[in-house]
Amino acid sequence: MNDARKDTQEQADFRQYCRDWLNANAPEPPQVRLPQTPLEIMTTEQMDYLRPWQKAAHEAGLVGADYPEDCGGGGRNDCQRIANQEMHAHGTPFFPNVIGLGMAAPTVFHHGSEELKRELLPGLLSGEDIWCQGFSEPGAGSDLASVQTFAERDGDNWVINGHKVWTSLAHFAEWMILLLRTDKSDKYNGLTYFVVPIRSALGNGVTVRPLIKITGETGFNEVIFEHLVVHDRYRLDDVGKGWQVAMTTLLHERGAGTLVTPTAGGMRNTKGESTSRAAMASALIALATKAHRNGKLASEDPVIRDKLMSLFIRQEGLRQSQRRAQVQALTDHPMRIPLQGKLLMTEIQQESAALALEIEGMASSLYLADENAPESGKWPLSYMNSFGMTIAAGTSEVQRNILGERVLGLAKSK
Amino acid sequence: MSQPNNFGFGEEEQMLADAAARYFAEQLPVDQLHKLVADNPDPHRDKHSPWAEAQWREMVELGWTQLAVPEDAGGLGMPAVGVAGLMEQAGRAAFPGPLLSTLCSTYVLAHCNGEGAVAAFEAIIEGHAITLAMTDQYGSWNAADTDVSYADGSLNGTACFVQDANRSDSFIVSARGPNGIGLYWVSKGAAGVAIACDAIVDLTRDQARVSFSDVSAVELSAQGTGQEVLDSARPALLMLLAADMVGAAEWQLQTTVEYAGTREQFGHSLGFFQAVKHPLVDLMIMIDHAKSLVYNAACALDTEPENALQFALMAQSAACDAAAYGCSRSVQYHGGIGFTWECYVHLYFKRQKHSEMWLGDGAYQREQLAQLLIEDRSIA
Repeated sequence: MNDARKDTQEQADFRQYCRDWLNANAPEPPQVRLPQTPLEIMTTEQMDYLRPWQKAAHEAGLVGADYPEDCGGGGRNDCQRIANQEMHAHGTPFFPNVIGLGMAAPTVFHHGSEELKRELLPGLLSGEDIWCQGFSEPGAGSDLASVQTFAERDGDNWVINGHKVWTSLAHFAEWMILLLRTDKSDKYNGLTYFVVPIRSALGNGVTVRPLIKITGETGFNEVIFEHLVVHDRYRLDDVGKGWQVAMTTLLHERGAGTLVTPTAGGMRNTKGESTSRAAMASALIALATKAHRNGKLASEDPVIRDKLMSLFIRQEGLRQSQRRAQVQALTDHPMRIPLQGKLLMTEIQQESAALALEIEGMASSLYLADENAPESGKWPLSYMNSFGMTIAAGTSEVQRNILGERVLGLAKSK
Repeated sequence: MSQPNNFGFGEEEQMLADAAARYFAEQLPVDQLHKLVADNPDPHRDKHSPWAEAQWREMVELGWTQLAVPEDAGGLGMPAVGVAGLMEQAGRAAFPGPLLSTLCSTYVLAHCNGEGAVAAFEAIIEGHAITLAMTDQYGSWNAADTDVSYADGSLNGTACFVQDANRSDSFIVSARGPNGIGLYWVSKGAAGVAIACDAIVDLTRDQARVSFSDVSAVELSAQGTGQEVLDSARPALLMLLAADMVGAAEWQLQTTVEYAGTREQFGHSLGFFQAVKHPLVDLMIMIDHAKSLVYNAACALDTEPENALQFALMAQSAACDAAAYGCSRSVQYHGGIGFTWECYVHLYFKRQKHSEMWLGDGAYQREQLAQLLIEDRSIA
């Protein structure tokens, strides 16, 4: 295995341990249809399959490997990436608590009190507590710092009123990371960051309502706060420091943070088709060798061939850039490649799906309920869902601003 | 076989790349380059283009021109990934000299079995520049197409689009005989060789039609084996050219970013506007993909040659895309001044458009790749 070459002794031992454990304990494919990403988990059946998997992987030490032991972690040194590599190579299901692992955990870890870390992180890492993120509002999307949901101090408590939107997993979540306004006179320094127990407050200050996506499916929500009372101990960092804390969250959300997020995936579905992104180009080639176009196979059409290869090259280019980012001598600005990750992964995924529709031709008009739909309507669904990824977590346009300003040093857009 | 995580780019490779970057910055900064090669804007100027002969001689002394000659042939035997690092810096400096040609010839010679190859390596070690004369009158990118014929020990015909023809000391000629393509080594001064310069757009390069009339030649690769040799060397050639283009594209990016940071209109620097900012980010991303694919292809040449072709095709496709976009954006965002001869961006614009075509454009590389991945199903 390529990945094993530069392992430390601790990493090498841990890698072997992960392999052995996965061989004995990785779950069988589920009976229910899983969504394409954990952000689209809709049903309790799906959650009932995924949650025990995360719990088992956590108990075995494959989730939270680098977190301290008193926070429910494994206390290891740079071993999470090893577990991730092995879980992807093995083709496991993904983890359901994706916002908790990728965003809430590093934020709590960097900005929470010791007491709060010990209280919250074990349940987060095990998946017992699902987390969601309360950042966007109807009036605050790309301009995140303009959030208006307000927290008013009342002794040792805060009283929260307002409206958050696009809240994935809120219908399963115990906890929410929440960016709130505590001072209306200062845009950036008037923000404060909280972690809030929402499940226990449903019907008592918190309302979670599903939003229907472009695909016709649910999966994300709006969350309304009406006089929700939260104790001051659930505040992260100082009053007025919410924007700085949110930056930690966003950096990790975009895959450029300091703590490696536990991730798993690559599982084949019941038909044996890989669900990972790496396999997407091969899947498209396979699709093109079946679809017909203008009296011959789509794979013989020069325009389709060129588009397929362009996409394949972009995908390989991204993969090799991520490899090059680890070689200091071959990079100039240290954030130049890491900050491209989110933008490129989501845009390549979107282009892949668009090309799949082009290859399918008329058959791409058939959707989930049609028995003749190729691959059960997977590609039109993927294409529509891909816009969730190019819009969420900083739109592609915001990502290009960040790259232009932080890496190229161009003047900041207002 | 699999590749090392760091592409095999170790301390020696880094030292060479750093030394090359310093060398070009000191010995051939862009204002000096412009004085040297862009002295006369007249489109009808003398076809013989000026070049950095003094710097070429220094490179010979530094050993850079024989880097890729195998150790058992008396050369330095530098891994391809190190040669890529040098080539990237040469491209960034738009170096006007036969470095790329000589390195390409080296990789062709490495696949030749003939006695002549040993002597040709010796010539390179002594400081000779060698170039490839393998293209027909239509500029075909197919190794099998040549207008030069070989019979009874002598060459007849014309090789077109020969790079660095005037700056080189000898040619590796691809010629067709009764039993197929062979490769032959011909000295520039040999009887029957005539060089007719092309009047080209690119100010940093030199190109000519080289005619052979009953020229006696040294065999490098026997009739019937020449195409296989050129096919085997192709990944290295594509990788070297792509490295040159990546370096040049990075110059285009940095120069345009700098200008977009200083030039002000409507009360803001140009880079403030997203119509300028976002395309420059896209250019950066295209360069990064191309650069990563170049080092991946170079590393494949060193460690997994069976996959080198597909990775080199990817690198050259990505390099062509980055070059094309870098050309159009660098001139466009320099505005009126970018449209003039005095602004240095035209040097790189012209070099990149030339490079895009030399070994096949992006679409050509992608069709070659499609044949590998779709018809042959050989995804690495």
